Amino acid sequence: MAANLQAEKRIRQRYRREQRFKALCIGAITLAILFIFVFFADIIQRGYTAFYQAQIQVEVTYDERSLEIPAAAVSEEVRPLVSRGFLRQVPGHVQSDPDLKGRTVTRWVTADTGVNQYLKDAHTGLSPQEKATVDKLHEAGRIEFAFNTNFFTRGDSKMPEMAGIKSAVVGTILTLAVTMAVAFPLGLMSAVYLEEFATDNRFTRFIEVNINNLAAVPSILYGLLGLAIFINFLGVPRSSALAGGLTLALMTLPIIIISTRAALRAVPDSIREGAFGVGASRLQMVTHHVLPLSLPGILTGSIIGMAQAMGETAPLLLVGMMAFIPSAPDGVTEPATVLPAQIFTWASMPQRAFDELTAAGILVLLAVLLTLNATAVLLRKRFERRW
Amino acid sequence: MQMPQPNDNPGDPEGVVARSSMGAAELREGSDTVEGEDRPQSTPAPGVTRAPEVGGGSEAAEPTHPTKVDVRGLSLWYGDTQALFDVSLRIPEKDVTALIGPSGCGKSTFLRCINRMNDLISAVTIRGQLLLDEADVYGSEVDVVQLRSRVGMVFQQPNPFPKSIYENVAYAPRIHGLAKKGAEMDELVETSLRKAGLWKEVSDRLSMPGTALSGGQQQRLCIARAIAVNPDVILMDEPASALDPVATATIEELIDELRSNYTIIIVTHNMQQAARVARYTAFFHLGEVIEFDDTDTIFTNPSQKRTEDYITGRFG
Ligand SMILES: Nc1ncnc2c1ncn2[C@@H]1O[C@H](COP(=O)(O)OP(=O)(O)O)[C@@H](O)[C@H]1O
Ligand SMILES: [Mg+2]
Repeated sequence: MAANLQAEKRIRQRYRREQRFKALCIGAITLAILFIFVFFADIIQRGYTAFYQAQIQVEVTYDERSLEIPAAAVSEEVRPLVSRGFLRQVPGHVQSDPDLKGRTVTRWVTADTGVNQYLKDAHTGLSPQEKATVDKLHEAGRIEFAFNTNFFTRGDSKMPEMAGIKSAVVGTILTLAVTMAVAFPLGLMSAVYLEEFATDNRFTRFIEVNINNLAAVPSILYGLLGLAIFINFLGVPRSSALAGGLTLALMTLPIIIISTRAALRAVPDSIREGAFGVGASRLQMVTHHVLPLSLPGILTGSIIGMAQAMGETAPLLLVGMMAFIPSAPDGVTEPATVLPAQIFTWASMPQRAFDELTAAGILVLLAVLLTLNATAVLLRKRFERRW
Repeated sequence: MQMPQPNDNPGDPEGVVARSSMGAAELREGSDTVEGEDRPQSTPAPGVTRAPEVGGGSEAAEPTHPTKVDVRGLSLWYGDTQALFDVSLRIPEKDVTALIGPSGCGKSTFLRCINRMNDLISAVTIRGQLLLDEADVYGSEVDVVQLRSRVGMVFQQPNPFPKSIYENVAYAPRIHGLAKKGAEMDELVETSLRKAGLWKEVSDRLSMPGTALSGGQQQRLCIARAIAVNPDVILMDEPASALDPVATATIEELIDELRSNYTIIIVTHNMQQAARVARYTAFFHLGEVIEFDDTDTIFTNPSQKRTEDYITGRFG
């Protein structure tokens, strides 16, 4: 009887311990989700206002005088409310459309950042009269919020209302294109060689250990390496997508090699034996059977490596990509910047109006990263194979 | 694929001597000498190097088959551990030879020597001679890809390619350039599937993945895949051990149908299976061939004590 009671007590204790452990785990997960939630809420709350922007309806006079002093194109009353960035474009309008010359046109133009900030209830540098004018125009329907197209169609600018993310997006695409063009084939071939062709000897084991170590090297060291090799030794232009892409390729290479090897190893040996058994050569075995089967895994790993490279700033700092780039680069040798670098640049600007741009930039970066990771997950789910 | 037919008497010692000089096996490691070369043909234990005597008993009227695979003093090491000890066997053509023995005695290892699958393991050292149609399989001029198109293999676990049924069968003929795409290939796929007794079951769903078939069907698909290149020899490593009794019976029937056209070497640890399908049986133990003879003789009147102990279930 006593033994029975003892056993019962032990079982109850065990259950309690299990319950406690489960509660702890749930607590940890809740905390993690909470952090993510707070982070997203904060960023979205700060950043969403950047996606719309005040526009002001003004009469633009394209006469001789305004071609010399663009500010004269609009009336004195609204002049401080119109973006200086717009006024600078006035001579350009006439150049591209000579018919405008001598005419007065009513049009919606980007308002000054002060108007924007005032209407968004943020700190603004407008004088009381200017505020009154804004209120009057706003009521008259001549100042309105509209989608901030500048943010997506323009490069960086010192004027917050004119600053956009396009040059950073183009720079990121060019940089990552260089990264993948270099790292993917090199990584794939290295992994295939190590996994399918090389015999297991001291030399290959040495290489293997080193590749694993490389994946753990702090990324800033890759920046130093990139600076030393690509810029100082090979003469690749500083700040260019080529320099940045090559540097990131160094960093991504071990990740791709490791994930590709894992994907190759996941293909069971019975497939290799089957191929060899019918007289396939090693190359045929790899290209006809093993590679197609491991491709989803390889792509997943490569996309994750790419996402990692995309969020990287430290190595790019050293190759000069933390730069002010007003217009999107046309090629990989032109000065470029990337999304995280652009975010960093905005974050360190003194004007308050750049705060929302910073948050909006983060949102864009997160959206792209989430898309990339979701693609990777989908690929894995879609082509997952159980043996 | 034309298979060279041996037309001389396999028992002819003159022929053996003449061949051995030509068949100087360059070993994989290139360092060892071939021991089997200078060994006189008569010294090993009787019943081991000689082709089984098909003379005695009920089969007296049948002709002796010529030797297809002639193994002389084959030893194999995995790194430092020896797995095969001086194996000598003469496997006759166009019939079924079973390799039996307790687990781990080297049956698979031996089987994989015949189509050089052991080459894929880096630490393997092989010494001795293995002749297929009198040509040394380990000779330096042998093309392994060519060899494997003559010596097909079926594995213990059915391992169809994760491609369509059609593709599974068409793959080997395609890489060996045996049939043109289109009608010719379709015909080859059909005949191979027919020979493997699978055509009726899959003719209407050739584009289905081979891996979606049942285990027994998968194994027959693997057999179809192997015979699609019309090999001389088919190696089967416990082809039915992963299958249920019904599928096993189907495979055994299939082997029985194939026996007249192919030299089949089958590893099995199921002695009833050996008794059912094989004309000849070799008993392996601890990496050695203990006895090789007619299946009937092995099971009813073995000459070695260890064979008797094994088949009566005293060990293994
Ligand atoms: N790839 C290998 N590496 C090292 N040892 C092996 C390898 N394959 C088989 N062996 C060893 O060789 C011996 C014979 O194995 P095997 O030929 O598979 O036996 P069987 O097929 O008769 O069960 C066993 O002791 C096994 O452990
Ligand atoms: Mg085995």
